[in-house]
Amino acid sequence: MNMKKYTPVFCLIGAAVIFQIITSVLNREFYLTQLTMSAYYCLVILGLTVLMGYAGQISLGHAAFFAMGGYTTAVLTTWNLAAAQEGTLARLVVQLGLSTASTNAYGVEIRHISPWVSLLVALAITVAVAFLIGIPILKLKGHYLAMATLGFGIIVYRIVLGSRIFGEADGISDLPPFRLFGPLYVSGDPALRVQNFYIAAFLVVLAVVLLQNLIDSRMGRALRSIHGSEEAANAMGVNTARYKLHVFVLSAVFACIAGVFLTHFNGGVGPSEADVMKSVTYVAIVAVGGMANLWGALAMGMALNYLSLRGYFGSYDEFVFGGILIVIMLFFPDGLLKKENMRSLTEAAIRMKNKIWKRKNELS
Amino acid sequence: MSFEQLLQYLLSGVTNGSIYAIVAIGFNIIYNTTGIINFAQGEFLMLGGMTAISLSPYVPLPLAILIAVIITAMVGAVVDFLIIRRLKKPTVLNMVIVTIGLSIIIREIALHLWDEKVRSLPYFTGNEVTSINILGAYISPQVLWVLGVSAVIVIFLGVFFKFTLTGRSMRACASNITAARLCGINTRNMVTISFMLSAAIGALAGCVISPITQTQYDCGTSLAIKGFAVAILGGLGNSTGAIIGGITIGLLEAFSISVLPLAYKDAIAISILLIILFLRPSGLLGKKEAVELKEF
Amino acid sequence: MSFKKFCIALMCVSLIPGAFSCKKQAGETIKIGAIFSVTGPASFLGAPEAKTAEMMVEEINDKGGIDGKMLKLIVKDSAGDPAKAISFAKQLIEEDKVFAIIGPSTSGETMKIKAICEEGKTILVSCAAAEVIVNPVAKYVFKSPQKDSDAVQSIYNVMKKKGIKSIGIVSSNDGYGTAGKDQLEKLAKKNGIQILISEVYDKKATDLTGVLTKLKAKNVQAVINWSIVPAQSIIAKNMKQLNMDVPLFQSHGFGNIKYVKEAGEAAEGIIFPCGRLLIAEDLPENHPQKAVLMKYKKNYESEYGEDASTFGGHAYDSLMILVEGIKRGGADKEKARGAIENMKGFAGTGGIFNFSPADHNGLDINAFEMLTVKGGKFVKYEDK
Repeated sequence: MNMKKYTPVFCLIGAAVIFQIITSVLNREFYLTQLTMSAYYCLVILGLTVLMGYAGQISLGHAAFFAMGGYTTAVLTTWNLAAAQEGTLARLVVQLGLSTASTNAYGVEIRHISPWVSLLVALAITVAVAFLIGIPILKLKGHYLAMATLGFGIIVYRIVLGSRIFGEADGISDLPPFRLFGPLYVSGDPALRVQNFYIAAFLVVLAVVLLQNLIDSRMGRALRSIHGSEEAANAMGVNTARYKLHVFVLSAVFACIAGVFLTHFNGGVGPSEADVMKSVTYVAIVAVGGMANLWGALAMGMALNYLSLRGYFGSYDEFVFGGILIVIMLFFPDGLLKKENMRSLTEAAIRMKNKIWKRKNELS
Repeated sequence: MSFEQLLQYLLSGVTNGSIYAIVAIGFNIIYNTTGIINFAQGEFLMLGGMTAISLSPYVPLPLAILIAVIITAMVGAVVDFLIIRRLKKPTVLNMVIVTIGLSIIIREIALHLWDEKVRSLPYFTGNEVTSINILGAYISPQVLWVLGVSAVIVIFLGVFFKFTLTGRSMRACASNITAARLCGINTRNMVTISFMLSAAIGALAGCVISPITQTQYDCGTSLAIKGFAVAILGGLGNSTGAIIGGITIGLLEAFSISVLPLAYKDAIAISILLIILFLRPSGLLGKKEAVELKEF
Repeated sequence: MSFKKFCIALMCVSLIPGAFSCKKQAGETIKIGAIFSVTGPASFLGAPEAKTAEMMVEEINDKGGIDGKMLKLIVKDSAGDPAKAISFAKQLIEEDKVFAIIGPSTSGETMKIKAICEEGKTILVSCAAAEVIVNPVAKYVFKSPQKDSDAVQSIYNVMKKKGIKSIGIVSSNDGYGTAGKDQLEKLAKKNGIQILISEVYDKKATDLTGVLTKLKAKNVQAVINWSIVPAQSIIAKNMKQLNMDVPLFQSHGFGNIKYVKEAGEAAEGIIFPCGRLLIAEDLPENHPQKAVLMKYKKNYESEYGEDASTFGGHAYDSLMILVEGIKRGGADKEKARGAIENMKGFAGTGGIFNFSPADHNGLDINAFEMLTVKGGKFVKYEDK
């Protein structure tokens, strides 16, 4: 294994651990709440970075996939099996061992479908929808692609908003916690804050490792060739349609997983998660991060979501994201954390390291 | 369904459709000169409507509308001058992102400049309760205003693009910007003019529809999405197509109400749009070759 | 690779809250959190609510606070996003350690933070109307707006008197419309009223003649519209334009004279239930709410130069109930909670509140008056 490739990943893990320890020592663990939420949103952003930055396909409907994950698990896990015990379907679910029990906020014991099952169902739905919608949508280009993804987002938003099963405008509340295994729970309980932070951080690290490898693989090179010129890539024998579709589905899956976990962490989900403005926010963060820059997207995603969720932007939240879009496109079309700058920085660091090594070797 | 009902749905569809069409025309102007879609077009409508409403207590209505149109056109020019011109990498993706950002900024400025409340202009003819009886169905005279203004705009644009030098230069920019520059056309100014023109038409549309739809700081977005859908349906850049597309979507919506729950109205309209996009990306009246010429 | 920048960014972010939290100082202040959707789709609720709450806290502090303790209001703008409401609620409870929270503006947001406040043992006085907020009763959760079911019952009472038997319902697709529609459908049977058709339209709808045509074809005897601006003015205009001469009933969301101005002549004859804020001037001098209403209306209108609405009144009630609870129970969460739960006869803008351990709303059907529009003004509806 190439260890050098994973140095930044270890740094990320280190940063997460150090951050947690600092907050715990300072008795400011409550910062972790918003960091956990930001981390989940970052999963969506990371997936979208690969789609937009590397494959060059804009999506103005990614919030829809997030909502699909969130709403699927919300609908399934709030279905009270104890009350619906008589129904054949409910009985079948219980007999197959797909259910778990937990107590709700009012101290009442309830039986519901296991979140693991709902996670799988959500993934199945998302993959199916992403495939079905991806095949025709990704044939489009430019404005047509933007409009089609926007339209897809609006359709999902309308369905969520208009259907009773999804709680209409009020959304769904009082979700049970998601027991991963053993003592690990995804839930908003303040006592479980630290472990929830690590669960979210783990998912983000996993996503980064996965995407980093993807980018460096044959597929990654193919994707970049699509971004450059799709015709040329096609001529070189790259099956562009297939690669685009795979990345689209992959980014949808990321959004879906984020939706499932964040919904359990929050204990509820509302239609604003499927809103077009949310999709635009994701696009804005990818743009600020530098489009084809996983680390930039991650840094900006954490920072901006964190500040937004803590209410630092007050009533100017949308204004900030709109302003970011314009300023970035005007002055930093390659993102704030420019790749060239980064490269020269790392190169300088490596030179320095080599120098120190050299000196050490000379000394010994 | 009785005849009156049928006619009433028809008129309802025409009302909504003409509103969508007039928005779509604004999209087309900028698209025709620059090949970009201005996602902030809806905000021009809102700005026009809001400015006219703020002025209307002090000056007569036609003057208020005129000033509103001029102010919004200025905003359009400023937008181009400050932002669009200065883009370092004017790719389609970047343009989409920048205009979305613009639409959010204009909306938020409007929120803080005015407030969250709903306002409207008075009816141009008659008042809130006036209606015209057409064979047992009823229609507000304001709808006729919307239709009339849309028609005038389409004719004006047709003449402008076909017979005036500026209009022809703008079209030249649309088909090949390098060739246009070689012919001595100041392409940058053409872009500015197209932004002013579409902002002005947007503002006029915003004023005409204000009595029907009412104006609020965030009313632009939903109108823009519908307008964009209509522009694509009719074939991007085609003003006649926009009118036909608008009325088509309006009618589809109106008749979908008669059989389906209203809650999914938008989802239905957009699903139809998506299907058309998948099957015929050039729209109803758009030419396939014209689309392929555009560099995406 | 840019992971270093990433680390730097992370560190910067971690420093910001530290810098902000330094200025906190413990004194004789009571911190009250407020979550309102000042912007976003529910801004018509949140904006007047935030204005009202800020105005009232200033007024209380000018008078020397509560027993010498100053109030500190921390307003958070959720923009109608439940995820933000959740984040803010946790922040207010755990970090700012607020005494109580007022808001959120919408039912969806309130339901998301109901359990959080309950577990955090922090009093929540919601400004949202849905009945699920206080049913089942959560120990720390209260709400100040009137019940939708009482508004519906008031409308049905008038209908019964007028002999209306079959109606059509239209409602908007936001939380407000949904909650009203549910109650309308639930209570219809009990009142012997038949709902021929119930339609939901987009809250940003621009023209409603289509759906009204559908209603007209069903020959309804009356139309009930449950929504907030702008649709409630559009529906009034469209009905007149379509020559539908059946009575139009609106919800208590119609409670702002601005909407009447928007609908112009078309608003004449609209019947709707509402709190007494809109007819404060016409109330008899000895009415228990008169003084409260007149004062709030006057202060709000002179402070902000716009008409007072019943929505702002919800924030007034939420805050004043809390203040009254603190006055009676002292600055102790448990005692204040107990004081609110046992509060009787408290005159707010929404009505006379009578709380009990089983009723955390405290209002009944008497909180509503049936109003109608006559000559561009709100007047009390009289049976003919």
